[in-house]
Amino acid sequence: MTLKEVVNNVAEMPASKNAVVDIKNLSLTFQTADGPVYALSEVDLTIEEGDFVSFIGPSGCGKTTLLRVIADLERATDGHISINGVSPEAAREQRAYGYVFQAPALLPWRSIERNVTLPLEIMELSKEERVKRAQEALKLVELNGFEKKFPWQLSGGMQQRASIARALSFDADLLLMDEPFGALDEIVRDHLNEQLLKLWARTNKTVAFVTHSIPEAVYLSSKIVVMSPRPGRIIDVIETNFPKDRTLDIRETPEFLEIAHRVREGLRAGHSNDE
Amino acid sequence: MMSGQTGPVCVVLLALFVLWYVGAVFMNAPTQIDRYERADQAWTTGQLIEDTLAQDRPILPAPHQVAVEMYKTIFAIKITSKRSLVYHSWVTLSSTLLGFGIGTLLGVLLAVGIVHVMTLEKSLMPWVISSQTIPILAIAPMIIVVLGAIGIKGLVPKAVISTYLCFFPVTISMVKGLRSPQVIQLDLMRTYNASKWQTFWQLRLPSAMPYLFASLKVAIAISLVGAIVGELPTGAQAGLGARLLAGSYYGQTIQIWSALLTAAFVAALLVVIVGWIERRVLVRMGVKA
Repeated sequence: MTLKEVVNNVAEMPASKNAVVDIKNLSLTFQTADGPVYALSEVDLTIEEGDFVSFIGPSGCGKTTLLRVIADLERATDGHISINGVSPEAAREQRAYGYVFQAPALLPWRSIERNVTLPLEIMELSKEERVKRAQEALKLVELNGFEKKFPWQLSGGMQQRASIARALSFDADLLLMDEPFGALDEIVRDHLNEQLLKLWARTNKTVAFVTHSIPEAVYLSSKIVVMSPRPGRIIDVIETNFPKDRTLDIRETPEFLEIAHRVREGLRAGHSNDE
Repeated sequence: MMSGQTGPVCVVLLALFVLWYVGAVFMNAPTQIDRYERADQAWTTGQLIEDTLAQDRPILPAPHQVAVEMYKTIFAIKITSKRSLVYHSWVTLSSTLLGFGIGTLLGVLLAVGIVHVMTLEKSLMPWVISSQTIPILAIAPMIIVVLGAIGIKGLVPKAVISTYLCFFPVTISMVKGLRSPQVIQLDLMRTYNASKWQTFWQLRLPSAMPYLFASLKVAIAISLVGAIVGELPTGAQAGLGARLLAGSYYGQTIQIWSALLTAAFVAALLVVIVGWIERRVLVRMGVKA
């Protein structure tokens, strides 16, 4: 199957079973003083329920922008996008997704527990309910016991886990993650990847995950979206078939290396266009 | 905290005192010598130094003269007496605190408006800034006269002058503080579909607290200055400003310096209290102790 065929196949897929995110012919152009910047160009993508989709590509390829469009933090200038069948704005108003940023973005004046309950307070849940849900969310990221600590008392990896707990606390079915482990060292990153995978297997959430690490993308995903810059576009979509309970060991298998190779080829092809 | 610095701090203080004494001797010597010559009196350097530090109305009073005067007017007199500095300090302090309270409230409200409404930023900010370019000494009598004409006298006009001075740093700092949340934090609130009001309480206001306290320290000190300035045009009735004015009418330099130092102590005390509240609040907000 050539790259083109894959892209066509994906485009032709019916807005099928249970499309959580459905994107057709989406473009986003930023008007800047130096002329227009084509952040996203004619993107087609479907994310189905229970998918773990990674977006990978060099900086400037629009992977973060695409995630922000899904989250209604940016507005597309052209094309169609729906989240659970409604517009991104309506989905945001329904709190349909949890968003994890590149940095933990914890509020320094709140304890870990009260950081996790922040969205619940905004949703005006009762105090008992808030504490109960915070407990559950903190358990999922193995941070129970740290409720009363302040963010500065935790390591970078723990802070990011707390921010994941915060995104999990209101139990949205869709999790949007923008390079959440980008600033962490390899070992911590491996550990958090394993935890995230377990979480995904257990909760059956739909995850959209931006990364620039090929092994991370291949290890985590059920679907890898390879993107290329100028203009930002999708050049390959790769489905993987690793079992949900996979361990880090699969990184040594031929299948893993084959997929990683294909991702790398895709990234290289995207780059050769403008260099 | 002070343990390693106590010595050096004492040395600096001591040096300042020595400098003050030397200054007093040199400043007061010419009038003293004049006095000796008129009385046809022989004098020695030792006697000159002694006498320059014990004049009734010296150009620069010596520290111990001011200290004695302060002791007499603060501790040795009933605090209800019109000569008591405690009484005058209280008069000034009450309008300082009233003005500070109103000024802080006004400053915060202005900042909240400016941050949330674009029109207010364009329309109010130039006035806020130009209000501070007018010398307070010029505008203070106007305020007293205008308010007096409509029957408002005593505490309130002085507090208005304090308010006029102290809302400014609060507004400027709070505008900056309320805008200090990072883009990522504002995005976070947006993903929760938080209302403007929720974003304000949960994010903007807590972010602005360090800015607020920094400005409150400035505000409370200049609020005191405002109250003192407000007491000058009222004809030296009561307050530290009145003591300063009365002292200068009658050449009572020792009285002026006592009132001056008392004002300085009160200001320092107020700033320390604000600093103490700041630490309490920030510790509760999880700032590293």
